[in-house]
Amino acid sequence: MKIEVDHHSGLPGVFVRVDGKVRINARQLHYRELNNMIKGAAAEGAEEIVVDNVYGQRYIGSGIRRAVNITVHGVPGNDLGAFMDGPRITVDRNAQDGVGNTMNSGVIVVHGRAGDIVAMGMRGGRIFIREGVGYRAAIHMKEYRKFRPVLVIGGETQDFLGEYMAGGLVIVLGLGKKGKASFAARHIGTGMHGGLIFMRGMVEEHQLGKEAAAVQASDEDKELIRPFVEEYAGYFGGDPREIMRSGFLKLFAKSHRPFGGLYAY
Amino acid sequence: MKSYILPQYLVERDDYRCIRCEVCVRQCAFDVHWYDEEEDAVFADESKCVGCLRCATLCPTNALVVRHNPTEHPPNANWTRDVLQNIYKQAETGGVLLTGMGCDRDYPIYWDRIVLDASQVTNPSIDPLREPMELRTYLGAKPDALQVEGKGKKVSLRTRITPQLRLETPIMFSAISYGAISFNACESLARAAAEMGTYYNTGEGGLHRDLYKYGDHTICQVASGRFGVHADYLEVAAALEIKIGQGAKPGIGGHLPGEKVSAEISRTRMIPKGTDALSPAPHHDIYSIEDLAQLIYALKEATHWKKPVSVKIAAVHNSAAIASGMVRAGADIIALDGIRGGTGAAPTMIRDNVGIPIELALAAVDDRLRQEGIRNRASIVVAGGIRSSADVIKAIALGADAVYIGTAALVAMGCHVCQKCYTGKCNWGIATQDPYLSKRLNPEVGARRLVNLLTAWSHEIMEMLGGMGINAVESLRGNRLRLRGVGLSQEELDILGIKHAGA
Ligand code: SF4
Ligand code: SF4
Repeated sequence: MKIEVDHHSGLPGVFVRVDGKVRINARQLHYRELNNMIKGAAAEGAEEIVVDNVYGQRYIGSGIRRAVNITVHGVPGNDLGAFMDGPRITVDRNAQDGVGNTMNSGVIVVHGRAGDIVAMGMRGGRIFIREGVGYRAAIHMKEYRKFRPVLVIGGETQDFLGEYMAGGLVIVLGLGKKGKASFAARHIGTGMHGGLIFMRGMVEEHQLGKEAAAVQASDEDKELIRPFVEEYAGYFGGDPREIMRSGFLKLFAKSHRPFGGLYAY
Repeated sequence: MKSYILPQYLVERDDYRCIRCEVCVRQCAFDVHWYDEEEDAVFADESKCVGCLRCATLCPTNALVVRHNPTEHPPNANWTRDVLQNIYKQAETGGVLLTGMGCDRDYPIYWDRIVLDASQVTNPSIDPLREPMELRTYLGAKPDALQVEGKGKKVSLRTRITPQLRLETPIMFSAISYGAISFNACESLARAAAEMGTYYNTGEGGLHRDLYKYGDHTICQVASGRFGVHADYLEVAAALEIKIGQGAKPGIGGHLPGEKVSAEISRTRMIPKGTDALSPAPHHDIYSIEDLAQLIYALKEATHWKKPVSVKIAAVHNSAAIASGMVRAGADIIALDGIRGGTGAAPTMIRDNVGIPIELALAAVDDRLRQEGIRNRASIVVAGGIRSSADVIKAIALGADAVYIGTAALVAMGCHVCQKCYTGKCNWGIATQDPYLSKRLNPEVGARRLVNLLTAWSHEIMEMLGGMGINAVESLRGNRLRLRGVGLSQEELDILGIKHAGA
């Protein structure tokens, strides 16, 4: 095993390379120091960066433009992967608010739950959350040409899922519920004007925002989400065929122009 | 339904002068004019006229006079013409009234109630034509103190200065999105900013690829819709601006209607063609000053701490307290946009009734930051109704570091402030995406006109500075002793922090 202590930190043992893999001990590091090290390692061509003892440091993965693997041990702070363009982040615990904020490409996998506004304004890449998420997930998610963001949530979501949603694909699996899954979130798809939300289980009409509509997903619809459900199961276990056997609701925007008739010209 | 709306304008054509060239017919996107072959005459449907004066300006024989319709409603101080016409319009459509440009109500314009000082006998004035005169301005946080190191000739700065924007003249072009205005108008602004050593602002519509080459003179905005915000966009900018609000429509979001989202706009905003581009009222990651700090630092982190970050708010009642929070949240530049600030589209009631005049907001914010001892931690840029070099210099004496001009810049390119930008049919090729209309504005000519305007204003500012015996615009900043109020109440004078003329 080859270990070298790197110039990225004056503190011994904070930044080391083990067999070409970069390992950072984030305990006591300010987010700026930590992110400088991560960015520095990425810029120097590191393929694998493992960060230990993460305690709430923000913006991890932000400002990096290549497909480097970043493994986070601990709980990262807000805006994990904000404006991110390429990296692949795996978190072994929960994540906080703003995961994938305005993200462009890359993958984020969270082995736990995540806070509010997951995937806010996200334009590309994929996010997988093993458990549930907070309020306003996928708010103003959008898509454009080859960019089609995907957010897969294993558990439940809170209110305002997909608010202002303009594109992309959200899949809510509602796993871990007993009996026939029904969701508690309200105002789902308020102001929605694009994109699709698939929910495994029941959603009542009154839980939807007035700009969203729901139908039972057809077999063809389900083919659209199958690869992502399989990817989810690949990260977190579970039987994708079993999950896909249940009924899904497909939520979509009633109009791409929700406020078309509002004004006097 | 029969419309009760009277034409706003009358189009009078002197038939003797008219040579039937049909220039007016071709120039009017609102289809006011038409030529009747049988009668060999040109007619006008005045109900469609918006008063932009394109036809009158281009008519080769000056045959056209466009005037405000003099038909009088029954005299009434409450139920004025505008009030009645608005009600008819809403009774006929059921819609929210829309308008463009800035508030046109007659709230006091304090610039016109403030006069400047000049040197007489003592402290001689300076002639800017012969003597050096400095307009260069740096925007960004300034350190509390400077530390130098070294001895003799080898002295260097020890204090690390955070990134600054360098302006050769304290005037920048306000945020106007591609979408609100044409590509040619954007290019005109970009070229002029580059030539004059200043900056223009993309607004919230992203940055067209062909304009990346002007990145060093571009402030890229990050607004609630996050349109076109991606790594290249953040990287190419000279500075970033978080748009919280806008003077023309404080507190509300906006939307670019789907019909304006053309192929090019869709590429720039990175949304599908023909869909509404909705900008939510708040940023959904900002519900507090702490959240604002989070986005400021997210942007700094994403751009490796190399660019100043501005935060723009509409001037509202408690701007001073908000501005203090913004500075503490890490904003390097505070942009304040007053009630007269322009827009491509806003609900009329909001444009005309929400917000406060920029002069009062500026005075209050500058005061507050000074009292708290944090004025150096951010620069102040003001916008919303700056019409001349005199307004610029008064703003600087009141406490601004620089100004943003929007409407004035559009006027320089040909805008006649008809307030119909929201229709997308601007006959001057500015507030439109119609290629037939937008090619009327040649970016080379547009840039030339803007450069001329800034050059002229800069000369005038130097003259006025020289007249006060000041040789650097820096020395005037916040120097309210060089201002006096005329015809203002004590309360207004107190807020502005100036004395009455004669005192
Ligand atoms: S532009 Fe003037 S001269 Fe030409 S058709 Fe119109 S009114 Fe007549
Ligand atoms: S930009 Fe065009 S539409 Fe808007 S006010 Fe000016 S002339 Fe009228």
